[in-house]
Parts: sequence; structure tokens; C-alpha cells
Amino acid sequence: MAIENIDAVRLLDEHRHDAIILTTMSANNVHHGLPSVSKNEHLDFPMGGAMGKASSLGLGLALAQPDRKVLVVDGDGSLLMNLGSLVTVGNKAPENLYHFVFENGVYAITGGQPVPGSGDTNFAGMAREAGYASVYEIDNTEDLATSLDGILEQKGPTLVCLKIVPVIENTPVQFRDRPSRTTQIAMKDLQGALAD
Amino acid sequence: MQQETVLHPASIIAELKKNKVTHVVWLPDSETNFMYQQLTEDPEVDLVPVCREGETMAIAAGLWVGGKRPVCLIQNTGIFESGDSIRGLGLDVNNPLVMLVGYRGWDRHGVCRDSAARFIEHILHAWGITFYLVETDEDANRISLAMEEADRTSKPVAVLVGTEFGA
Repeated sequence: MAIENIDAVRLLDEHRHDAIILTTMSANNVHHGLPSVSKNEHLDFPMGGAMGKASSLGLGLALAQPDRKVLVVDGDGSLLMNLGSLVTVGNKAPENLYHFVFENGVYAITGGQPVPGSGDTNFAGMAREAGYASVYEIDNTEDLATSLDGILEQKGPTLVCLKIVPVIENTPVQFRDRPSRTTQIAMKDLQGALAD
Repeated sequence: MQQETVLHPASIIAELKKNKVTHVVWLPDSETNFMYQQLTEDPEVDLVPVCREGETMAIAAGLWVGGKRPVCLIQNTGIFESGDSIRGLGLDVNNPLVMLVGYRGWDRHGVCRDSAARFIEHILHAWGITFYLVETDEDANRISLAMEEADRTSKPVAVLVGTEFGA
């Protein structure tokens, strides 16, 4: 079983309250990612550039804003680029950081090549041993819908590994639809929202 | 003959405090080793240790967006590793980030034999990143110049630490 990408981001948006959601890769896709469903755009942080660094960016935000929840929506290929960040996060242990990993097993935006260790890597186990306060693995939409509020009520750092149906892109990069908001614009919007 | 200590961590930390730096995101190196104890004991500055240097600019970007004033503290070898982070979360987003960089291999006298020293200024020039050199306590106020320039230009600025700290 697995969860459709768009269902996962829709549920995260529905259960976020006033949390910041930082997205990268498939979670940031204009057709089936958070930008396509969000009702809280001013608190969305679509990250472009610096591949693999969503967890690090989210850690900085969580440390700066300890009274606000920060949801990082990472990819499995992205997290593999920055696995040490699990230890960095576990060491600082921000209670307001919730790290979601969309595990679709592939590099979806480059044509669907499998990530190293696809299907065999235990992200939740690695996060637990790195010092995350709690970890979860969820592979269906119903369980995600019923468990999200409880997960977000607990103190982090928390890692939630979601089995996601890959949406593979083969359109040449120059012909793909681009997000209406760049990372730079989103950063300014978010800085303004947090300063209010 | 023992070399006289010319740069002390207290000089650097005083500059950081003068500029209201809230967080030092760092990976230890031999040039800045002696700052560690003072930073960990200082309640005014939060130390954020990382596993790899490319994390530092991303963490600092998050801190900045969240309203804090971070600096990165890494070695020049770590700058080489951090290219995509500097590009994507520094230069491309107008992040006024000051990076304190241990200048491994730097020698004012003779030939720099370490490629880490020979390449770093060229790399910073290529990115259009201004840098200041700090070798002695008297140079420490260049950190304030770097902070002011980063704020004024909305761009990353580097401070190359050209000597090992004394205790």
C-alpha cells in the first residue's frame, strides 16, 4: 500500500493549524504537491536549490521559532543527500520539528531511477537511533488521516516516513510548469508573516 | 621556538556579541578549535554543531528567516563542500550571511603549499563573495565590517581566519 502524493500534502495542510510547512521535491510539485492544495500559502516555504538541505533549513527555522511547529516535508532521495542531518537534528532536539519523509523509492523528477537502497532503507530506524524523540511509518491514507493530530501533539523531533506513490516526471526540465512563488519570494512572505 | 599567540577567541566572541549574533553554526577545525569551550559556556550565543559543512548555510538560512542572526564557522575545506548551499540558500536568496572560515594552509610568508589555501580566494572571487582577513586581535573588528557589508548588500560575506586561535 502507499499514499498518493497529493493526498499526503492535502492532509498535512488540513492538520497544520498555524505550522510552517517547508517542502522540497515531490511535495513541492505545482501539480500534486503542497502548492496545488495549500490554504495557508503565507506559511508555506517551498525550497528550491541546495538539494538535500530541507531538514537543515527546517532545523534552523525550528530553533528560531520555538513556539511554532515546523513541518519539513522531505524526499527519500533528498534525505539520502544529507543523512548526517538526522544526527544534527537529534543532537539539538527541537521539540517543535516534525520531519516527514515522502518515501517513493525513486528520483521522481529525473525520470524515476531508484534511489540507492530503495525499499530496503529504514529511515525511521535511522532517525530513532540518531536521537529523534519518536518515529512513525505510515503506508495508507486512512492511517495518516487518523494519526496526524496525535503525532503533531507530541513533542518532537519526530520523523514520519510515508510510503508514497511516485509521480514520475519525464517532461524536459525547460518545459515543466514552474511554481508561481520562488524560494526568495516565499522567504520574504514567511519573514513577514512571522514578524506580524 | 613557540609562536606568540596573536588571536584570541575572546576577541572574536566580543565582535559576535557586538553584532548581536544569536547562533554560531559550526563544524570544528584546527584554526577555530579554541573557541569551542568559550562558546559552549556562553549563554548569549547558541552553538549549533553539524555533521557536514553544507548543513551550516541551510541551518543559518532557517534561523535568519525565523528572525535570528546566525554566523557559520567552518574551514576553507568546508566551503568547497558547501557550494550548492552557498548558491541556493545564500546568494540566490539574498541571505546576509557572514561565514567565518578557517584559512587552512595560509602563510603570509613564503609559499602556500596547501591547495585548500591556494583555491579558496579564487572560489570566493568566482562567486562574487567579498572576504576579510583576520590574523590578530587587532583585525577582529573586520567581523563588524563583514556584518555591515552583508546587511547592506544582502549577500554572504566571508571572514578568513588566517591564524590558529590561542587559548
